[in-house]
Amino acid sequence: MGHFFHYLFEPGLVSSGPVRVALLVGTVVAVTSGVVGVFTVTRGQSFAGHALADVATTGGSGAFLIGLNQFWGFLAFGIGAAAFLEIIGVQRRRGRDVATGVVLGAGLGLAALFLYLDAARTSTTGASFTVLFGSIFVIASSTVPALIASGLIALLVVVVLSRVLLLSSLSPDIAAVRGVPVRAVGAAYLIALAISVSLSAVAIGAVLSTALLIGPAATALRIAKGPVRAMAVSALIGVVATWLGILLAYDSYDWPPHGHGWPVSFFIVALVVIFYLLTYLRRPSRSRSARTASGAAGAHSRSEEGACSAAS
Amino acid sequence: MTSTSARLPRSDELLRLDGISVRLSGREILNDVSFAIRPGEFTGLIGPNGAGKTTILRVILGLQPPSSGTVTVAGSEPGQRPGRRRRGPVVGYVPQKLLIEPDMPLRVRDVVALGIDGNRLGIPLPSRARRDLVAETLRAVGADGYADARVGELSGGEQQRVMIAHALISSPRLLLLDEPLANLDIRSAQGIVAILARLAHEQRIAILISAHDMNPLAQVMDRIVYVAAGRAAVGSSEEVLRTDVLSNLYGQHVDVLHVHGRVVIVAGEDDEDIGSPGDLDRQPDTVYGSGAA
Repeated sequence: MGHFFHYLFEPGLVSSGPVRVALLVGTVVAVTSGVVGVFTVTRGQSFAGHALADVATTGGSGAFLIGLNQFWGFLAFGIGAAAFLEIIGVQRRRGRDVATGVVLGAGLGLAALFLYLDAARTSTTGASFTVLFGSIFVIASSTVPALIASGLIALLVVVVLSRVLLLSSLSPDIAAVRGVPVRAVGAAYLIALAISVSLSAVAIGAVLSTALLIGPAATALRIAKGPVRAMAVSALIGVVATWLGILLAYDSYDWPPHGHGWPVSFFIVALVVIFYLLTYLRRPSRSRSARTASGAAGAHSRSEEGACSAAS
Repeated sequence: MTSTSARLPRSDELLRLDGISVRLSGREILNDVSFAIRPGEFTGLIGPNGAGKTTILRVILGLQPPSSGTVTVAGSEPGQRPGRRRRGPVVGYVPQKLLIEPDMPLRVRDVVALGIDGNRLGIPLPSRARRDLVAETLRAVGADGYADARVGELSGGEQQRVMIAHALISSPRLLLLDEPLANLDIRSAQGIVAILARLAHEQRIAILISAHDMNPLAQVMDRIVYVAAGRAAVGSSEEVLRTDVLSNLYGQHVDVLHVHGRVVIVAGEDDEDIGSPGDLDRQPDTVYGSGAA
């Protein structure tokens, strides 16, 4: 046991500077993504999250080109894309899908050019890999305060708006009748989403950033019923996946091919997916089976479903 | 057409619509609709799909500004101020059937609690008074049995009860419900109607409920606002559900038939004169619920 423990926690894990930074930033990113992600899934905006991440790729690769930290590129382009989504209206599906598709294509095309120029400039493919797949072990310590502050801002926005976001998700009309400025709230939420995606892009890469946003939230929504608990469980799953991922990546320096650690993003995303799949092993929630087991309620809901399908 | 526009304003009126017309991109949705509602009254907003029932509700809620006419809710004139914040507590609203995904992280008690202060910022502190108010409201609509279930996992009838509790918990004086009985089986519909009738009688809450089938509401309606082709006929069942009144409203001949205590409206056979086919639901009220025992 002691041997196994020693093997799992490689000597020097906690004393290593980059690992400590990775654990700190990873925690902030995971908590932010986990909490914001609950609303992303609830509002059916996973696609919007992905769109922001794609456009952020352009920003990140462009920032690299002009010598800025990629986080600022992610953030600038992510927020710009959020503004664009808000202007074309995230609620109107048809026009939104077409416009988003066109902009995503343009963004990724630019990203391809920027990444090519990055590679030509530095004559390595490091920039591409960092932008696309993350760099949690090589985060410049100068950006750490900005990363933490951004995460806290996104968290604060979503927690402060949580009730109106839930009410708007339940029914935008009810929210409007109750005096909620639904559109402004949606816009503020998109900004928080853009920040969250940018942070996630720094940690596990622009391409994979939505995995940390959607995965833990979707998992939490399968096991926690209420909103507060769902946010807590989602954040927890994200943090556990991130820590375990960092741990495994650190260990993987000893794995073949020797001397190159496996990408930490791979481990984090794999763990998130495993957690999600594990929820399918659970039996259906108790209240549901109890309700259908009671004869009256069961017959009641069945007859209603029958009426629905007959009417449609 | 029966009209109340000539009637003098009465001080105890909770809601008054005066000559409301709504025009959207050149199309006339509502044309000179007027009626009033007093506390404790049960009003049915009846008419075929697409007649303008939802638009009337949206005008009352301030979600749809009228092209002309005035709305007065509890003495204030909502059309004249941009903000509609203060109306929240006066009017409760149960929208048309919501599409709530099963993974929406809201239990029944969460949805009802959002009715208290879902428009506020921050996270509310849990309190006994809050919990008790939610439990009491759920009991009032007979939904206390599934307070901890996810709202997206409930049947249509159960969701309607929850949304009524959501609207009720802020103590509105007027409750607007948009097609709450659509797609419900007969027993669930009867349950909802009984709850609403009790609210009207015991708590003096005025009820305005839209429905394409008036029959489940026949026993409880104090007044019918019958809407067809954007116009409305207002009065008691006897005054409105007549062949001449409704033919005038539809702009074509319709027969109002009374079959075993149920009212059925049938389009005339010679449909030479049907101006716009969308005005009259083509497979309408005639078939709804006709199999009822």
